[in-house]
Amino acid sequence: MRVFKLMLKNALRHKLRSFLTILGIAIAVLAFGLLRTVVTAWYSGVEASAANRLITRNAVSFIFPLPYAYRDQIAKVPGVEQITYANWFGGVYIDKNQFFARLAVDAKTIFDVYPEFIVPKDQFEAFQRERNACVIGSDIATRYNLKLGDLMQLEGDIYPGKWAFVVRGIYRPRDKTTDATQMFFHWTYVDEQMKQEMLGRGGDVGWYVIRIKNPDDAARISNDIDALFKNSRAETKTESERQFQQGFISSASVIITSLNVMSFVIIGIIMLILGNTMIMSARERTLEYAVLKTLGFSSGHLVGLIGGESLLISFLGGGFGLLFTYPFVAAFQAFVPKGWFPVFYVEFVTVVLAGLSALLVGVVASIFPIQRARRTTIVEGLRFIG
Amino acid sequence: MKIPFKYVRRNFVARRLTTAITIAGISLVVFVFSAVLMMAYGVQKTLIATGSDDNVLVARKAANGEISSIIPSETANIIKSLPQIARAPDDSPIASGEVVVVINLPKISEGGISNVTVRGVSPPAFQLRPQVKIVAGRMFAWGAREVIVGSAVAKRIEGAQIGKEVKFVGNQWRIVGMFETGGSGFDSEMWGDVAQIHDAFRRSGSFSTLTFRLQRRDQFDPLRAEFERDNRLQEFEPKIEKRFFEEQSELLATFIRILGIFVTLIFSAGATIGAMITMYAAVANRTAEVGTLRALGFRRRSVLGAFLVESLLIAVTGGAIGLFLASTLQFFRVSTLNFGSFSELEFAFALSPQIVIASLAFAMLMGVLGGFLPSVRASRLNIVNALRSS
Amino acid sequence: MAALITVQNVSKSYWRDSFKIPVLKNITLEVPEGEFLGLMGPSGSGKTTLLNLVAGIDKPDTGAVVIDSTDIAKLGESALAKWRSRHIGFIFQFYNLLPVLTAFENIELPLLLTPLSKKGRREHVETALNVVGLADRMHHYPKQLSGGQEQRVAIARAIVTDPTLLVADEPTGDLDKNSADEILTLLERLNKEYKKTIVMVTHDPRAAERAHTVRQLDKGELT
Repeated sequence: MRVFKLMLKNALRHKLRSFLTILGIAIAVLAFGLLRTVVTAWYSGVEASAANRLITRNAVSFIFPLPYAYRDQIAKVPGVEQITYANWFGGVYIDKNQFFARLAVDAKTIFDVYPEFIVPKDQFEAFQRERNACVIGSDIATRYNLKLGDLMQLEGDIYPGKWAFVVRGIYRPRDKTTDATQMFFHWTYVDEQMKQEMLGRGGDVGWYVIRIKNPDDAARISNDIDALFKNSRAETKTESERQFQQGFISSASVIITSLNVMSFVIIGIIMLILGNTMIMSARERTLEYAVLKTLGFSSGHLVGLIGGESLLISFLGGGFGLLFTYPFVAAFQAFVPKGWFPVFYVEFVTVVLAGLSALLVGVVASIFPIQRARRTTIVEGLRFIG
Repeated sequence: MKIPFKYVRRNFVARRLTTAITIAGISLVVFVFSAVLMMAYGVQKTLIATGSDDNVLVARKAANGEISSIIPSETANIIKSLPQIARAPDDSPIASGEVVVVINLPKISEGGISNVTVRGVSPPAFQLRPQVKIVAGRMFAWGAREVIVGSAVAKRIEGAQIGKEVKFVGNQWRIVGMFETGGSGFDSEMWGDVAQIHDAFRRSGSFSTLTFRLQRRDQFDPLRAEFERDNRLQEFEPKIEKRFFEEQSELLATFIRILGIFVTLIFSAGATIGAMITMYAAVANRTAEVGTLRALGFRRRSVLGAFLVESLLIAVTGGAIGLFLASTLQFFRVSTLNFGSFSELEFAFALSPQIVIASLAFAMLMGVLGGFLPSVRASRLNIVNALRSS
Repeated sequence: MAALITVQNVSKSYWRDSFKIPVLKNITLEVPEGEFLGLMGPSGSGKTTLLNLVAGIDKPDTGAVVIDSTDIAKLGESALAKWRSRHIGFIFQFYNLLPVLTAFENIELPLLLTPLSKKGRREHVETALNVVGLADRMHHYPKQLSGGQEQRVAIARAIVTDPTLLVADEPTGDLDKNSADEILTLLERLNKEYKKTIVMVTHDPRAAERAHTVRQLDKGELT
């Protein structure tokens, strides 16, 4: 610790070089933070899953509907507390680039099964009263500057035709992981219209969401539900909400893997930058290290000097990088088309990982120069010209 | 007087280790840059290859993809009677009404579920898409619960090989053949008789899309005008098939590009800084040399030039290595979810001349940026001070 | 008086590719305490090598180097480092001060290896500075000092731990006549007044004049 002053002065010796190295590390830490945040955002659906919710969908694939008649049968399965349902409406709002979930739901039960969407009581009741009312997430309200009473026009694709919904409720998200960009309207309204307009349509539910009393019963209840409809025209697949969300992610696993690979590449780059600097500095100070050894400083002291300087730089770089991560991530989100990442924030784990990476880099980058300093004999060092 | 390239090259070799590290950094950055561009281009190339300039695909205007588009059978009949459509010798329109759905099947590797596109086609489909070639087994029989699978499906999906049966909608469908389309989106699909699909899914006559051939390419504009004019067709939109599939790839390709470029820009800033550090050190170490060169009569400009060239040499070497490594990715085919179609798409990393040029230019830019300031410093050294500094 | 330094049958060779080049051949030498010894010889004679052996910064191939009853040729790396910090003060031809430290901090450096407190260290440094006559420059950096002043700081660094032995390698080699004179006078003082044993390598005859005893080294052998 007594050599701290020497260490600090060494680090500041080449102010420009140290500054550039710190800058380089800061930038790399920034990128690391961004990459991890994107990966986290991808998993946000999984994180938001509740252990006591199950999803029942058509076994063939998510895009095929289930009969409305299934509802009562599922509700009778032991362990089921509450059941709601939803249809993916899709369609176009303003233009094809506005991505957010538009769902026709069971207005009476949806917020019971999803308590993380918090709706004020009066708005909830207003929603119940009108056939073409809708409830939107607070982020949607902000993004499109919508207030209670405003009209939202949708052009349907799966449910063809022009639709108009009145905003009667705006929900706010309970948790950081909650998606605040969803839009809910009445399933009954959509169903009625379809029965009138198109022959053979109607009576279909996209998927059921079931709240169970005891999360431990998830597997048993899932099997019980699927057994009810085996060998029918519309066989079901029931799984925990977490598994359901994970299914979505695994289909994009290539991208996620690439992002993770890139995170490592980043760490590699930081190591190269810092290592480069440390090697150059150590090389230039070969003579000085020999002098220090002459004075009686041991290899251990040199390890501390070089390692300490390396860690000092890497922590400074890491610190600055982390400091700018938050605004940088915000800038990225502004750049990306709205709706790609409904939930996007920097996790605490990411910060910790960045810190650990800085530590790792500081250590690894100093290995080579330390080895060199240890192996160079005093006599060789004193003769060094550089 | 110009400083001989020999001088530049020999210095390059002399400081091997730090030079090597800088080159490694730049090659990593260029590798990522190229790989990202190759990925996006690979997606687009696959999907562009899926469509043809001679075909037109009609879908609902508001639909985001084939699976969410619905064309009622009456509308399909109206469209089929349009004069611009090419006709077969028996005067039937060369048009294929198709039903496109997505089903879940398990993946062979890494477990998990894959979204596979199932396309119910009409007989003209094969005339419309001559690139589809049956390479194993046989074509499915019209009227039977049989399907043929694309090569990517056979490769990646559990139980999707010839002779096996796939279950969906309560029926067993027999896989009787495998087809290849030379690297287009269709390789990731399963095809069957649309009438059978209608029957199984109770779609009773409505299609997802309608694809047909124009009599002549210049008929497209009059065709489109007809759609705009006719009330009954206003909710639907014709597109050149190639263009339609290209748009399907836009979302995914754009996503890859934005993310990739953002990341690469950051990486490149890092690598440029690494190059700068190396070059500054190079200048500092050769101060006496520079003084000597200047004393001998070489001009400031030549000194600046020599260092800049050295920096460029480092950068281009790194760039070439990175590009070379990235080009080996061409041997890999990967599969991911295409947001546009909500189903699995297999594609290969694809290299284009533009990507090569862009990558090398990017490398050179890093070299110039990284080496510029240090080179300026070298050229500005005062001769006397420089000579004294040893 | 008992010999402070006893070099006994010492040989050292260097390897260049596969050639063995003998530098010191079977050297035996005794240096009594309080001696001011000058080692002279043409370049390549091995005088610096002998100095390095006595200072404990290199090891002989054969033979013993006994200083104050310790055969330092037998000590391990870290023991040798510790020994050096207590017993040796080294003065280099090119001063070898750390450029990022002030004169004060350079002189303080060896004291960081001792248990002295900050206050204790300061006292020692100030004493050393007074001996070499540079108290007014203690916060200057090496590049702000002349050659002669730098060497004086280096000497202060060498004596600050009150070592058993001072070892100097061409201490005046880089100095002009006047500065060289100052340094040599200082060394003489250290030897006469402070009773420091000094072994100095030089090929400057004027420097050799100031030493008490002069030995010649030629092709690795003492004469």
